[in-house]
Amino acid sequence: MTARERITGSVANYVDERTGAAAWMKKNLNKVFPDHWSFLLGEIALYSFIILLLSGTFLTFWFDPSQREVIYDGDYQPLSGLKMSAAYASTLHISFEVRGGLLMRQIHHWAALLFMVAIVVHLLRVYFTGAFRKPREFNWIIGVGLLTLGIVEGFLGYSLPDDLLSGTGIRIAEAIIQALPVVGSYIAFFAFGGAFPGEAFIPRIFTVHVLLLPGIFLALITVHLMLVWYQKHTQYPGPGRTEKNVVGYPLFPVYMAKAGGFFFIVFGVIAFLSAVASINPIWLYGPYTPGQISAGSQPDWYMGWLDGLVRMAPPLETHAFGHTISWNILIPGLILPGIMFTGLALYPFIEAWISGDKREHHILDRPRNVPNRTALGAMALTFTIVALLNGGNDIIATTFNLTINQMMWFSRIGILVLPPIAFVVTKRLCLSLQRADRDLVLHGRETGTLVRMPRGEFVEIHEPISAQKAWTLTQHEQPVPLELPATDARGLKRPGAIKNKLRNRMSRAHAVAVPKVSAADLKEIEHH
Amino acid sequence: MSSELEAIKDPGVPAHVHRQADLDPKAEKKAERQVAILFALSALGTILFIYSYIWISEDLFIYFPVLGTTNAKQLFLGLGLAFSLFFIGAGAIHWAKTLMPDEEVIAMRHEMRSEDEDRRELVKTAKQGAAAAALGRRSLIKRSLGLSLGLIGLSPLLLLRDLGPLPGKDLEKTSWKSGTRLVTDPGDRPIKPSDLEVGAVAQVLPAIAEGGHRALSDIGKDAVLLIRLRPEEFQLDAERLGMTYQGIIAFSKICSHMGCAVALYEQQTKHLLCPCHQSTFDVTRAAKVIFGPAARPLPQLAITVDSEGYLIAQKPFSEPVGPSYWERNSQ
Repeated sequence: MTARERITGSVANYVDERTGAAAWMKKNLNKVFPDHWSFLLGEIALYSFIILLLSGTFLTFWFDPSQREVIYDGDYQPLSGLKMSAAYASTLHISFEVRGGLLMRQIHHWAALLFMVAIVVHLLRVYFTGAFRKPREFNWIIGVGLLTLGIVEGFLGYSLPDDLLSGTGIRIAEAIIQALPVVGSYIAFFAFGGAFPGEAFIPRIFTVHVLLLPGIFLALITVHLMLVWYQKHTQYPGPGRTEKNVVGYPLFPVYMAKAGGFFFIVFGVIAFLSAVASINPIWLYGPYTPGQISAGSQPDWYMGWLDGLVRMAPPLETHAFGHTISWNILIPGLILPGIMFTGLALYPFIEAWISGDKREHHILDRPRNVPNRTALGAMALTFTIVALLNGGNDIIATTFNLTINQMMWFSRIGILVLPPIAFVVTKRLCLSLQRADRDLVLHGRETGTLVRMPRGEFVEIHEPISAQKAWTLTQHEQPVPLELPATDARGLKRPGAIKNKLRNRMSRAHAVAVPKVSAADLKEIEHH
Repeated sequence: MSSELEAIKDPGVPAHVHRQADLDPKAEKKAERQVAILFALSALGTILFIYSYIWISEDLFIYFPVLGTTNAKQLFLGLGLAFSLFFIGAGAIHWAKTLMPDEEVIAMRHEMRSEDEDRRELVKTAKQGAAAAALGRRSLIKRSLGLSLGLIGLSPLLLLRDLGPLPGKDLEKTSWKSGTRLVTDPGDRPIKPSDLEVGAVAQVLPAIAEGGHRALSDIGKDAVLLIRLRPEEFQLDAERLGMTYQGIIAFSKICSHMGCAVALYEQQTKHLLCPCHQSTFDVTRAAKVIFGPAARPLPQLAITVDSEGYLIAQKPFSEPVGPSYWERNSQ
């Protein structure tokens, strides 16, 4: 036994005698994880979060979360002698006098943008592959919660420097709170410690941003990962992969090296972006004052869709009995986002209700094989993208020489018309792709080689696809519509006739498919 | 669903294909060297970071294609950090991909559902516990516990009361009174009509006492925009026209939609535009909304001049400025 083995052994023994960890470790060191690039999306989100914790902690050492008025006398000459909040002045101090401070600010901001991108793309991957199905509904809901909190956390974060742009964002948030019927102005006065902007909100949102929300994030992410671990990861369909197994690489050493290495890659890429691409140069915006603004005010991208909805809202207010209800704020600012996020969170349950499927699923769907879900996702995505584009309507208008009016009317009409079109087109596309799969399995791959037959006709040679590929294209189950009967066994009308009829209809739409290759089909081909 | 349609059989996990490094000791050595080089590059990145931190001057600007003129310290600190991190990752992944075992392993899954027996045991245990505590029978305890739990949330809620004052009439009031002088922002100088040429715009605030402090919360309600047109360009009724002075019209600068500063004035069209949500107001028609999500015109401030010829407010705003709220009487 070498000296190193002896030392490792005695440390392991010490720990195991106190925790009994060996039995658990033995089982889990060889835990199998399936490999696919799209499984890295959630990892990017996780690593961005760790980078956010590290860079954020660094920033708190110098940031002064206070709206106390100070006169600036730091290194940045253009703002010298200006009145500003201590929060803004300390952000300038981090940017210009703390070595590496600006780099850390940039890393923090870039990591936040990447965090949200990774969450959204991860969500799309989970949605379009059906990874949210039983038994993973809880994790879907936790994910939707993390997305929502991420938007809030990001917004509070970029509001902290108290520059002209971020203060404008806070002003808009205050107006949304104030628009709440009955309690609006009370909640606004409580939140801001009086009339806007007051001197209370920077210290308050600082506590929420660095303590409360990160704590909730840590708890939710822990549960999210524990469930992934416990339920084992889903896998894409392929030869040898079934609902009962999981095919991939063991945690130790391969997966640990890959995942650990990937953390450094993500960190490195964020550091590189921060080195070469400056974002949020708050020193150019100046300190916040409610009487000023800069043209082209834009929120960060994950808030852009919300701002876009607000921008396209028609000017509707109800004035009655001495009260005002601002539908132009309430509908785009609270009601629509509420419907969007509730719908997102409930989707797994809605789909299970429509399909009547109560089984566990560990093999992912190819999006084309579930046309209805894929089309619905494309529809929701189109809605959000139109809203997001309208959030930058002024920038787009100036860039492409359009008028604001053209942009606004495009969005107002587009947000109603384009999503249904996206639904229909996507559903057709999915069915076409199913048909293409069917052709591929039946007739093989087109080789591009043309052969002239003795009778003069030209024929393209088709090459049969591999057994592995054929399996991958045909392993899926084709959904069967529910067809709930209107009467029960004794010929009596079942309760909830309308509900059942609706469910049957949706179930039929959900089950639309091009029949996949069957034994009979293959036999027929052989005879030709 | 029906098994007779399942034409194609699962061929099973494909046979493992060995990598170059698994078969050829030379390739293995080469892969090992590549990994080592990647790790060494990371070390060089750290050295670049340390060098930049200590020795590169803060004032050094260099030209880089694509990036333009950029601060050398910021750039090389960032690049040093980026390289030091990235190449650790690249090395580890290259190691895993070329030298660590790459044979796929199969593990079995188990249904999440517990065994029936375990579930029965659980129900039994739970029922026994509940029976021992006589939860079902002691309704007095249950009800009083429900009452206390229902009420206990009130205390922390009440504790939040001191977060801020009640709004009262605060949202309706601004600092403008009849006779308040209009002063420039910034600069706090009183202005005469002759200071504004036709077509000019100025941001003003109410004058404050010498040495007085102007809180941001006041600016958030008091900011006013002055615009001078030729008097014949107005399309106003007599009352509104009486609120202007020699073609100078004054509006609250705080948007009636969500409170942003309405700062963009188009001289040609005489439109005011809010950069936040593009609500557009027609200055010649008392800031009537002609486009965008705002539902109300900007409140107009009645102005005139005092005995010294300086612009003053005739009277306070006749309606609350800024975004709407429940208690606002907008009729």
